Amino acid sequence: MLADKDRIFTNLYGRDDWRLAGAQRRGDWDNTKELILKGRDWIADQVKESGLRGRGGAGFPTGLKWSFMPKESDRPTYLCVNADESEPGTCKDRDIIRNDPHKLIEGCLLASAGMGVHTCYIYIRGEFYNEAKRLQAAIDESYDAGLIGEDACGSGWDFELYLHRGAGAYICGEETGLLESLEGRKGQPRLKPPFPAQVGLYGCPTTVNNVETIAVVPTILRRGAAWFAGIGRPRNTGTKIYCLSGHVNTPCNVEEAMSIPLRELIERHGGGVRGGWDNLLAVIPGGSSVPVIPKSICETVLMDFDSLVAVKSGLGTAAVIVMDKSTDIVKAIARLSQFYKHESCGQCTPCREGAGWVWRVMERMVEGNASVAEIDMLLDVSYEIEGHTICALADGAMWPVQGLIRHFRPEMEQRIADYRQAAARQRQAA
Amino acid sequence: MPKLTIDGREIEVPAGYTILQACEYAGVEVAHFCYHERLAIAGNCRMCLIEVEKSPKPIASCAMPATDGMVVLTDSPKAVKARKGVMEFLLINHPLDCPICDQGGECDLQDQAMAYGFDRGRFEENKRAVRDKDFGPLVETHMTRCIHCTRCIRFLTEVAGVEELGATGRGEDMEITTYIERALGSELSANIIDLCPVGALTSKPYAFVARPWELVKTESVDVTDAVGSNIRVDSRGPQVLRVLPRVNEAINEEWISDKTRYAIDGLVRRRLDRPYIGRERTREAEWSEAIELVAERLKKVPGERIAAIAGDLCDAEGMFALKEFLKELGATSLDCRQDGAQLDPRCRAGYLFNTTIAGIENADACLLIGTNPRWEAPLVSARLRKRFLRGGFRIAAIGPALDLTFRVEMLGNDGNVLNALAADHPWATVLRNAKNPMIVVGQGALSRSDGARVLGTARRIAESCGLVRDDWNGFNILHYAAARVGGLDLGFVPGPGGLDVNGIVAGCRSGAIEVLYLLGADEIDTNDLGAAFVIYQGHHGDRGARHADVILPGAAYTEKDGTHVNTEGRVQLARRAVFPPGEAREDWKIVRALSGALGRPLPFEELRGLRRQMWEKYPILARADVATRAPWGAFGEAGPVDAGPFEYPIRDFYGTDPISRASQTMARCSELFVDGRHQPPARTGTDG
Repeated sequence: MLADKDRIFTNLYGRDDWRLAGAQRRGDWDNTKELILKGRDWIADQVKESGLRGRGGAGFPTGLKWSFMPKESDRPTYLCVNADESEPGTCKDRDIIRNDPHKLIEGCLLASAGMGVHTCYIYIRGEFYNEAKRLQAAIDESYDAGLIGEDACGSGWDFELYLHRGAGAYICGEETGLLESLEGRKGQPRLKPPFPAQVGLYGCPTTVNNVETIAVVPTILRRGAAWFAGIGRPRNTGTKIYCLSGHVNTPCNVEEAMSIPLRELIERHGGGVRGGWDNLLAVIPGGSSVPVIPKSICETVLMDFDSLVAVKSGLGTAAVIVMDKSTDIVKAIARLSQFYKHESCGQCTPCREGAGWVWRVMERMVEGNASVAEIDMLLDVSYEIEGHTICALADGAMWPVQGLIRHFRPEMEQRIADYRQAAARQRQAA
Repeated sequence: MPKLTIDGREIEVPAGYTILQACEYAGVEVAHFCYHERLAIAGNCRMCLIEVEKSPKPIASCAMPATDGMVVLTDSPKAVKARKGVMEFLLINHPLDCPICDQGGECDLQDQAMAYGFDRGRFEENKRAVRDKDFGPLVETHMTRCIHCTRCIRFLTEVAGVEELGATGRGEDMEITTYIERALGSELSANIIDLCPVGALTSKPYAFVARPWELVKTESVDVTDAVGSNIRVDSRGPQVLRVLPRVNEAINEEWISDKTRYAIDGLVRRRLDRPYIGRERTREAEWSEAIELVAERLKKVPGERIAAIAGDLCDAEGMFALKEFLKELGATSLDCRQDGAQLDPRCRAGYLFNTTIAGIENADACLLIGTNPRWEAPLVSARLRKRFLRGGFRIAAIGPALDLTFRVEMLGNDGNVLNALAADHPWATVLRNAKNPMIVVGQGALSRSDGARVLGTARRIAESCGLVRDDWNGFNILHYAAARVGGLDLGFVPGPGGLDVNGIVAGCRSGAIEVLYLLGADEIDTNDLGAAFVIYQGHHGDRGARHADVILPGAAYTEKDGTHVNTEGRVQLARRAVFPPGEAREDWKIVRALSGALGRPLPFEELRGLRRQMWEKYPILARADVATRAPWGAFGEAGPVDAGPFEYPIRDFYGTDPISRASQTMARCSELFVDGRHQPPARTGTDG
């Protein structure tokens, strides 16, 4: 259980003032100049030592990512903050922007100083209209207060921050799809290599980080890497905002320590599963892209990168979607397949053609209008899509289906049997 | 030079190669659809997936650089499984309409499905259908067949330079479209048909005409402009059915212009297929009668009253034979410069594109003088764009405003700008400071009345700005007529006391010229040739034949073996694909027959003999397929250029010669792109 003194997002629920005055009262923008003056290497080292891993889903070590940025560059370098939060079940970045925008803005400044960057873009999801307005207001406040802009905080560091609203496509949250969209093109992921750290926005070295990743940086620098690294388990350090949704009694966003047991998270913060723990069917632990885990695994699993990978799922964005026994699990996953079919950018053959195929088969599976052999075919097709595309959307589209087949195959087979029986009865009656 | 192992074989490949290139270098074929060596890498078809040791996922070989020590497996079970999967996905929504698809027999998807396709489908849902688009009169669409490789988008955006094609929609709803329904506005648009690996983009004029295996393929050279694009002429029986590009890195890479490709339907229209006699009441005649008539006429007229003009499509053999014949007759009034361009035949470097087309890629500054390369030589324009895209290439133009698909600084449309350039002008400094500067002088500038001074001034600019060095010649004349350089090389220009083209036409009116011999000359004003006896020898009933007293039917470029010299001075051989229609004969044979009827037969009886003599007299024509550097010398006239605007010589790209003027396809293009008479396209539902 995370102690109140260790919380980073002290205004996550918006009970306090989100504006500059309130943020400063909560400790933001306190001596930012000193932090910048400690230098680029110090900032980067602190982040590296803190063990912070990217909060956007893939969990790549942030310090390492920053170190890919060139030390010297004759071209401009950029930081892009990914606020295109579209993963079903996830709403953490939205609350950060809504209630603690100055954490993000200060983070942008410090992260930029840590990478030698003078220009930062925040790419915000188009649907986040009110949030964009609020974030823009906070950015304007910061400019007016001299916290960002030329000679930010009086540190001598020039820093420009731009807010860019997307037009609403899930794929624009993929790091290179985001860059394409930011440049004004159709949001389609780019081939890697070259990685954005070499050739990114407008062909210049670029780092793309999630909102939460950037927003925790100022606190890490103030309280020290050791403090952050002391929370959670090795390789899975720090605090994390979990988004609890679905069949829990009190759905919420909550900042908790990394590696908290899933059951504890649900029972303490989600008010328990609707109808009690035994009414639990399954949990999608990290946003729609990760495989579902059944109750048996939920009993013991810890909410962090490594332990969820060990049970063939993932932490993803830490959006915990709880499903009780009233859930039609096949239908739930079929709905996710429809989402990915709709959001595939259409570039790569396997994802473009396969996502629709999988969704259509899944729709039949919901009714049971299929054959048992088709379950194996579905699995085979999913493996032909996974890992064969430019970006990871296809992987994320297939994992839920694979998770379903892995843990709920008997349910699917039962449906097929029931459907056949019903059909046979109908034939006899006719 | 990275060293890697491909399928167990160690191989060293040039630095910067991708794995796919390395595999091809090693002789291992990797299936692919979206990858094309002349286009940007898209990496989206995923057909070229291969396994690389230590990489957990299969890798798209077209996009991954080959690095030292890589162990590549193209045939491992994992790689083959991945590719089979991709093939399955490509086929699930692809219609099984190969029997009625024009791509059948030359379809990448068909071929590769043989290697990677399953023998049965697992897809039991409904196939996707996509509405067809209207891309104009050249490109037929069957969008349901599209596999979204985006080659067409990349070609038009990168090579052709028109951002008219793109993808709308997402996922399986993605469609290739022009956004707002319209015809593709590029002179190179039909190349996307060749690029399309499936039958989504096919040729509209060629729709349902033939199967590839029925065609006889003849490698030849194009004559619709002076680029000399290398082409393959596909024919069946007596008719040319289509023209496709052939790769020639030095000239056309692997593109051809829409005119090259589609003017061929003009080859069967308005043809002169038998001799005709009589200007007022034209009647068909036998060869013997026509030859007899011409011979009688020529016998009676002294040489100085005989003149000849050679047209834009003539081969060197025909012009050589005619020139030798005229020499026998004592005629010196002959010209091959139909447009009156004051090109100077004395110095070869003075009428060639000396930089060469491929050489454009080494230039770093370019000045266009009275030329619109987009219409005069679309592939030169494409090469300029290719160079422009690489950056560090400034281009300026003197002449009317231009849209060349790349940035051009307009220096004004006035002869005085040229005078200033020869003296002191900011752009003269640009040329002087450039490492490899070039200027391109168009026929529009040279056919002005002060053309010779334009040429002389251009030479002065070239000399004073350091365009001509031992290792570089940046002085270029851009021709648009395929026969021009050949004619100049053969000296098909006025001899001592002879008249040039304007003089000849005026002489016909005044009566100074009694016999005018037009060898395929259709671009001169034939409306008032006075009482002159006009002999037209050519293949189309166009302007030249309209007022002729005798018509001698000749062969078009696909119907004879001929030598053509392109604007770079590169000698190329065109080959006969079909026979001339009816009674028509090859040009040199007609001249040879005439000389025989006059009792002074030319000393050759077959093409080889003619060529041997031609090569002896003009050894430059004996060296085929190379662009030899011409020595610099004096040409043009001294003196300032007149003020006054320049004009571009081509007003209608789709109707520059008798063949394209006879072509219905080209007529449709003219109507659409030049006259701007946009007919409402066939409504396909994407018209907004």
